[in-house]
Amino acid sequence: MKLSEKIIEGLLWLAATITILVTIGIIWVLLSGSIPFFQKVSIIEFITGTEWTPLFAKKEFGILPLVAGTFLTTAIAIAVALPLGLTIAIYLNEYAPARLKSTIKPVLEVLATIPTVVYGFFALTVVTPFLQGFIPNLAGFNALSAGIVMGIMIIPMISSLSEDAISAVPKSLREAAYGMGSTRLQTAFKVMVPAASSGIIVSVILAISRAVGETMLVAIAAGQQPRFTLNPLVPIETITTYIVQVSLGDVPHGSLEYRTIFAAGLVLFVFTFALNNLSFWIKKKYQEKYD
Amino acid sequence: MTNSTRNRIKDKAFQVFGIFCMLIGLVFLAALLINILSEGLARIDWDFLTSLPSRRASRSGILTAWAGTLWILVLTSLIAFPLGISAGVYLEEYTKKTKMASFLEINIANLAGVPSIIYGLLGLEIFVRQMGMGSSLLAGAMTLSLLVLPIVIVTTRESLKAVPQTVRQGSFALGATKWQTTWLQVLPAAFGGILTGVIMSLSRAVGEAAPLVVVGALAYVPFVPSSPNDEFTVLPIQIFNWTSRPQAEFLVNAAAAIIMLLLITFLLNGIAVYLRNKQQKKIKW
Repeated sequence: MKLSEKIIEGLLWLAATITILVTIGIIWVLLSGSIPFFQKVSIIEFITGTEWTPLFAKKEFGILPLVAGTFLTTAIAIAVALPLGLTIAIYLNEYAPARLKSTIKPVLEVLATIPTVVYGFFALTVVTPFLQGFIPNLAGFNALSAGIVMGIMIIPMISSLSEDAISAVPKSLREAAYGMGSTRLQTAFKVMVPAASSGIIVSVILAISRAVGETMLVAIAAGQQPRFTLNPLVPIETITTYIVQVSLGDVPHGSLEYRTIFAAGLVLFVFTFALNNLSFWIKKKYQEKYD
Repeated sequence: MTNSTRNRIKDKAFQVFGIFCMLIGLVFLAALLINILSEGLARIDWDFLTSLPSRRASRSGILTAWAGTLWILVLTSLIAFPLGISAGVYLEEYTKKTKMASFLEINIANLAGVPSIIYGLLGLEIFVRQMGMGSSLLAGAMTLSLLVLPIVIVTTRESLKAVPQTVRQGSFALGATKWQTTWLQVLPAAFGGILTGVIMSLSRAVGEAAPLVVVGALAYVPFVPSSPNDEFTVLPIQIFNWTSRPQAEFLVNAAAAIIMLLLITFLLNGIAVYLRNKQQKKIKW
């Protein structure tokens, strides 16, 4: 092989290995920021404490309020996105005429391309006032409105991934169901959805991971008050919002307060990493093979 | 009522419910767009596009914000595309099915799932602090480049996969080397698909605010950046800042800036979709 060929291959290899450096970099940055933090604050206190006030005079370092805020907005988002997204996926696959399907899909995809600050603006200025018409004691910043809007934002994620999974089920299964006299609904829920279940579960897990890491929407609409509660009507704070809040303020570099964002980031990373790998594992293990 | 009519009614009911669910999504999208247009459209004029930010809402403009966004787009393209496309080419054309290759693949899939704000922490520590770039355009663009890298790699690989083996075999048969085959045959054939993915990744980068906030992009930048080492703001951060203010006039400004941001996003996505459709029609292997 000529030398120039070798050099080119080497450069391409270098580009590919940069992705490994990125992963190492992320883990290194999170750990090197967190380890000094955990030398001052005990891990037990960090993961069991129910007060998070690093920016106040009386400092408490319990991450649970941020975790609760993240869990709350994520749960509301999935409660909206899962039924809507899955129904749309089934409808498009089993019921919709081909022309409707080919026009609706790209329109729904638009929901996924809109920047999340825009959703935050809409949640804060339109959805919250609208909901306050029904729920008078809903605060101006709250998990409910942010969660609902986030749910609609991630509909395309669940609907298109689930639809891909349902489409991948071989035609013969559907035809067999019809041949037995099933209606479209029975075919969908008794044959297609069970056959595509691993793909659907993967889509939901990825949607959860996306919701957990979502930042600007919740930073704008859900508030910046860490609170250990599952009440969707009051202002809360998510892990991501906290990192934004500290980044916007002027916390001195190297201080304990500054290090909290790396500890919070580490928790966030662990959650999303676990969810993503769970989805890969399910995909690999339970993918039904039809020949 | 017999069992079969009951089943038919259920079937119809689900059909109606399916249409209803789609309508929720569509109505929400329409409400969002109409609301933002009606709030912000009247605010957009030449002054708004060419003014610096100001403490007074009525005097504020988005000049620095869209100039920053443009800078970020160009720099991110310059960094992420060569890197991502090279990595994609290596993984698709050069590696054999080794353990290393599958490890790289899993690693890239994992990176694609890392929340954008974590990339912000990475950029803050590595680019801003360790490499001493400060909260500059370059640091922001490098952070976003790492963020979109998995998208570029994955779409590059998919486009390369779509090029049939016969193209490669034909080229090898004529005595071309591996790189000549890749550079002169495979990459041109996959160009449309790669371009689509690349534009999609730009549309993702243009809407990102969280990592740039962490890297230290400012909400108030009183000058237009003139080099990659300057401090900067971008449209999404300007929108975030205006949305966080209590005064209603700033919300109008935010809506107007959102219209500009959506214009850029939709334009990029429109080009990508157009290219993809053209590609699908043109090429029949």
